[in-house]
Amino acid sequence: MNEREVCVSIRNVSKSFGKHQVLEDINLDIYEGEIFGLLGPSGAGKTTLVKELAGLDEPSEGENHLFNAKMPSLNLIKRIGYMAQSDALYEDLSAKENLQFFSELYGLKGQKQAQRIKEVMELVQLSGDMTKLVSNYSGGMKRRLSLAIALLHEPELLILDEPTVGIDPVLRKSIWNAFTDLKAQGKTLIVTTHVMDEADKCDRLGLIRDGRLIAVGTPAELKEQTASTTIEEAFLVFGGVER
Amino acid sequence: MRVMALVKRILRQLVRDKRTIGLLIFAPILVLTMLYFVFNGDDYTPQIGLVDVPEMLADQLDTEGARVTIFQTEAEAKKKLAAQELDGYLKIEGNKPSIVLEGSDPSVTGATMKWLQNALPKATQAVDLPEPKIDYLHGSSEMGQFDYFGPVLLGFFVFFFVFLIAGVSFLRERTTGTLERLLASPLRKGEIVAGYVLGFGLFTTIQSTIITAYAIYVLGMVMEGAFIYVLLIILILALTALTLGILLSSFAHNELQMMQFIPIVVVPQIFFSGLFNLETIAEWLSWMSHLTPLYYAAEALRDVMVRGAGFGDIMINVLILAGFCLLFIAINIAVLSKYRRI
Repeated sequence: MNEREVCVSIRNVSKSFGKHQVLEDINLDIYEGEIFGLLGPSGAGKTTLVKELAGLDEPSEGENHLFNAKMPSLNLIKRIGYMAQSDALYEDLSAKENLQFFSELYGLKGQKQAQRIKEVMELVQLSGDMTKLVSNYSGGMKRRLSLAIALLHEPELLILDEPTVGIDPVLRKSIWNAFTDLKAQGKTLIVTTHVMDEADKCDRLGLIRDGRLIAVGTPAELKEQTASTTIEEAFLVFGGVER
Repeated sequence: MRVMALVKRILRQLVRDKRTIGLLIFAPILVLTMLYFVFNGDDYTPQIGLVDVPEMLADQLDTEGARVTIFQTEAEAKKKLAAQELDGYLKIEGNKPSIVLEGSDPSVTGATMKWLQNALPKATQAVDLPEPKIDYLHGSSEMGQFDYFGPVLLGFFVFFFVFLIAGVSFLRERTTGTLERLLASPLRKGEIVAGYVLGFGLFTTIQSTIITAYAIYVLGMVMEGAFIYVLLIILILALTALTLGILLSSFAHNELQMMQFIPIVVVPQIFFSGLFNLETIAEWLSWMSHLTPLYYAAEALRDVMVRGAGFGDIMINVLILAGFCLLFIAINIAVLSKYRRI
């Protein structure tokens, strides 16, 4: 895996809001074409870290590099697809109008726009609800629409903050299949989650606790190192908790 | 173009929100109409009693503008006065006229006194002087309170409603996370503000045209100058309200906190807008009028509508308002840096 190009490089990143330290000296390389999972409880600092990668925040110390250039930069932002933890959708507009608006922000027009909208909505299985107002969508549908919007402009790097919250297991599986397809197309995915069983589906994992990166490796490696059978157990060991 | 995408989206949302459109267009129309009826109602007709007044004087009294009743005894008149059926009565004691007023409502008292002061000398003086001829520099004897307050109120309502709606919709953009989502796209901060100014600006143009046309052509508000100048002033004022609303929404966490800006930011502007005579405001406070956008707009509106001013006369005020607008836009862009530095 090491011969692959580095896509994201997090270098000595710390972040504090006032006295409250959210991230502490994080060093991490994420390679092109992998699904990297950031695993940790809520409040661990996952969202802060991915926001910095998406250009919405900056580290207090250290640097984030994407595609060998320093963030934040507007040129890099175009190559990222970001899905926030909260569904940032216009509820008074229809799904299609939301998609049209966001695709125009990325310069997608006319035929190309219509085609991309059709493709992403098929991927998240919402093609039948295109003209519905978003306010009539269920929580899971909104999540999927947010994901569709993040995919619109065919970004090389996808940063997805808790993409499968509130989605039923069947759909969750199909969404993970979509992630695998995207990976096969050479895209890089960074996915945060606090659901341990999702962690097994990632190529590599970064375990975060209290703003520190406590372990990095493939799910198999992490389990092996701690002689655990599940990621949850491994997390406990790395977190310094007695079993 | 990215800005146009934003403009299109804002207009789409506005069109879909029928209630907000109603508020922006019909609320000012409704309030202006009510004010029209309040201010332009007929003058109050005082009820006046005459007690034991010599017949010659009673005949001389010009009873126009009042309802005059003749009483034989003062006790009778007093009873009517206590029952509020009479606003005042006149009696002659010895050779001196004296007046007794009901006196609980200053405006009624004022109207009664005005009428008596007007009617009495005419009746008591045997020799009539020719009445002076009155000419007006601005306005006319027809001009009512509504015509003088109207231009200010027109500006105020547009300011108030645009401030509120723009502020709340930008606030919602922040609280629902869509602002953050916009900043995770290649949209520049200036483009976000420009999109809002253009989107709401377009809508405000329509709104201002309807309200102004209604005030002038339906309510018959005095209009000496050109319609287009009124529109120009209203529009630039609306843009000031828009940019100020967006700016202040950054300091509110929810809709209720946005409302809290009304008594602090919007209402005080009324006092400096010329609705009340500015010369009577304490000197240490009067400089504040120069900090309120409504002051400049109201002055310019009154110049055009009442005094028939041309562009040269209002240009300075329009430029000052444009200055406010640009200042707020600049601060808005700076405030957005809180979310994304670049």
